[in-house]
Amino acid sequence: MRHIISILLENEAGALSRVAGLFSARAYNIESLTVAPTEDSSMSRMTLVTSGSAEIIEQITKQLNKLIDVVKLNDLNVSCVQHIEREMMLIKLKAPVSSREEIMRLSNIFRGNIIDVNDDTYTVELTGTSEKLNAFIAAFECDSILETVRSGVMGISRGSSSLHL
Amino acid sequence: MVELSGAEIIAQFLEDEGVEYLFGYPGGAVLHTYDALLRADSVKHILVRHEQAAVHAADGYARSTGKTGVALVTSGPGMTNAVTGIATAYLDSIPLVVLTGQVPTSVIGSDAFQEVDSVGISRPCVKHNFLVKDVKDIAETLTKAFYVASTGRPGPVVVDIPKDITDPNIKIPYSYQSSIEMRSYNPVIKGHPFQIKKAVEVMLQAKKPVFYIGGGVVLGNASASLRSLVERLNFPLTSTLMGLGAFPSSDKNFLGMLGMHGTYEANMAMHETDVLIAVGARFDDRVTGHLEHFCPDAKIIHIDIDPSSISKTVHVDIPIVGDVDDVLTSMLELLKNTDQSNDEQSMKDWHKQVKQWRKKECLRYNKKTKEIKPQYVIEKLHEVTKGDAYITSDVGQHQMFAAQYYSFEEPRRWINSGGLGTMGFGLPAAVGVQLAHLDQTVACVTGEGSIQMNIQELATCMQYQLPIKIINLNNRYLGMVRQWQEFFYEGRYAMSYMDSIPDFVKLAESYGHVGMKIETADDVEDALKEAFAMKDKLVFMDFITTREENVYPMISAGKGHHEMELMPDSELV
Repeated sequence: MRHIISILLENEAGALSRVAGLFSARAYNIESLTVAPTEDSSMSRMTLVTSGSAEIIEQITKQLNKLIDVVKLNDLNVSCVQHIEREMMLIKLKAPVSSREEIMRLSNIFRGNIIDVNDDTYTVELTGTSEKLNAFIAAFECDSILETVRSGVMGISRGSSSLHL
Repeated sequence: MVELSGAEIIAQFLEDEGVEYLFGYPGGAVLHTYDALLRADSVKHILVRHEQAAVHAADGYARSTGKTGVALVTSGPGMTNAVTGIATAYLDSIPLVVLTGQVPTSVIGSDAFQEVDSVGISRPCVKHNFLVKDVKDIAETLTKAFYVASTGRPGPVVVDIPKDITDPNIKIPYSYQSSIEMRSYNPVIKGHPFQIKKAVEVMLQAKKPVFYIGGGVVLGNASASLRSLVERLNFPLTSTLMGLGAFPSSDKNFLGMLGMHGTYEANMAMHETDVLIAVGARFDDRVTGHLEHFCPDAKIIHIDIDPSSISKTVHVDIPIVGDVDDVLTSMLELLKNTDQSNDEQSMKDWHKQVKQWRKKECLRYNKKTKEIKPQYVIEKLHEVTKGDAYITSDVGQHQMFAAQYYSFEEPRRWINSGGLGTMGFGLPAAVGVQLAHLDQTVACVTGEGSIQMNIQELATCMQYQLPIKIINLNNRYLGMVRQWQEFFYEGRYAMSYMDSIPDFVKLAESYGHVGMKIETADDVEDALKEAFAMKDKLVFMDFITTREENVYPMISAGKGHHEMELMPDSELV
């Protein structure tokens, strides 16, 4: 099963490679990983998407907790937690005159913004779940997509529960 | 407040921390530190002959004392040589602080002379590591390193120190800080009371219980509470390779070691048990055999300080995370307040069954030969040393023979590389053990393959006058490799034989030690007596043993505990 694990990490050189190294050394999957400093600059927040059986996910969270640089973590896909997830995508599309209407229409439907335009291309910014971004990509012919860049998933729990010190 | 350079801070910190021995080897990146160490009177520096040996020696010191071992090596090759030692300590959870020199911060990343990414290389085999980037951070980093290495599940910590950080001309205020709080590191000590209560209830209901103990009992200094608990419950007990000595081998409840080369009674008890109490053990593959056949009827209780050890390979019914000694003591308290005990008849039957298994005498071997049997040497070694020696070992058949035939009574007497299985560990580890226990008997059980992997340490032993006794079980084969080739490769002995084995007597003598060659069984006992009577000499005893002796019992890969092979009768005659 797919799990989103949120991690508070000491904002120190090498902390990221400890997490990445753990996953490769123990042959766990990483589907996506995003990391940036939090409001407290001494800590980074990492969101890691992985998949595996319940036993493997249990080992992953235990092994992560064992890393000295991991301050705290939270599996967003356990039954007692409801969560929201978002991913951002920037996608550069071929935009000949004949396609421009269609790109604008689809961007509106998906609540995207066109953030860059020139004679040949439109670049669209889109935020949502990974499925929504996949659906947007699927709406275009492969050869009309010049470039996509995705942030990887970010997640946060619903309600008052939160991951902080 | 005193003002010190980075190098002086390192030296002063080691003194303040009460470090007795520092095992190391100098080089360019650590010259400032070595210079400062000349003035650290209470820290004795032991000069080894290879950096791997420095770490193994620190490791032997740590295993035999329970204190943190400390090593110092230079950058680049000094550090890479140390890696095997660090990984050895990591797999067996031994508290070490390894200080590595690094090129100056200004040239890090430029492929400078003797530069390697020490933090990157050591990352997968340390509990934690640090790169010190500012002289102001040295003292605090060292405090953290000793704290992390020695608490929770112990392990090695590497502190990488660039040369400019130790510059004698840059002085800053220093004060010793013995402890530190880390928000991201809080090992659990107290076991959960509810889980402990539940476990005790299950234990009292058991009809065929077994304790399965591991190195965690030794590391957690839980021998005394374990002994009281077993005495109260009267349950049989088996130990892993790493746990030997935590429980007395002479006790009526001791079943011997379990696993691949464990005893018949231990493995059969594991197979039949209804309640397994795992204490500070990690269900290693050499212990469990095939997981599908592992303890098929048992409820499993697992006490361990490391949550990630629990249910890693085997599903556990009652996990208890906490310091082993603390949990066992709580169990004893609960048992004190109850007059409940296990069903008398079931326990009688269980002990009777165990007795039946013991009758197999699975550790029998042929004693009627002129040839020297390796098992015989170990039994005699036990007799001559009155079972009271510190025994280090290398890796292979001799290691298994030592584990099976030297009955350990006390913890921290059996020093071997169980997890990583590092050949070359025995002699340098003995250096650390002997220094920690100058007036005690230390013997290194080894083979002609393993001993040559760190033979250069004979020089270190001479320099510091260490009267280690080396028991070389010389069968002219890499014995364990040969055994597997005999069993699983139809006797095709690929590269398990070494030509040009040195004359170990002359070799020992060339280093200034005493060498002995023993070739018949009749001479074994007298030779051992003679050697151990030389209290102030290192004696290298080269025992020429049966060439193709196999280690039994044996569970082959893919088999369960009940599918052991015992020594064939033909070999017993």
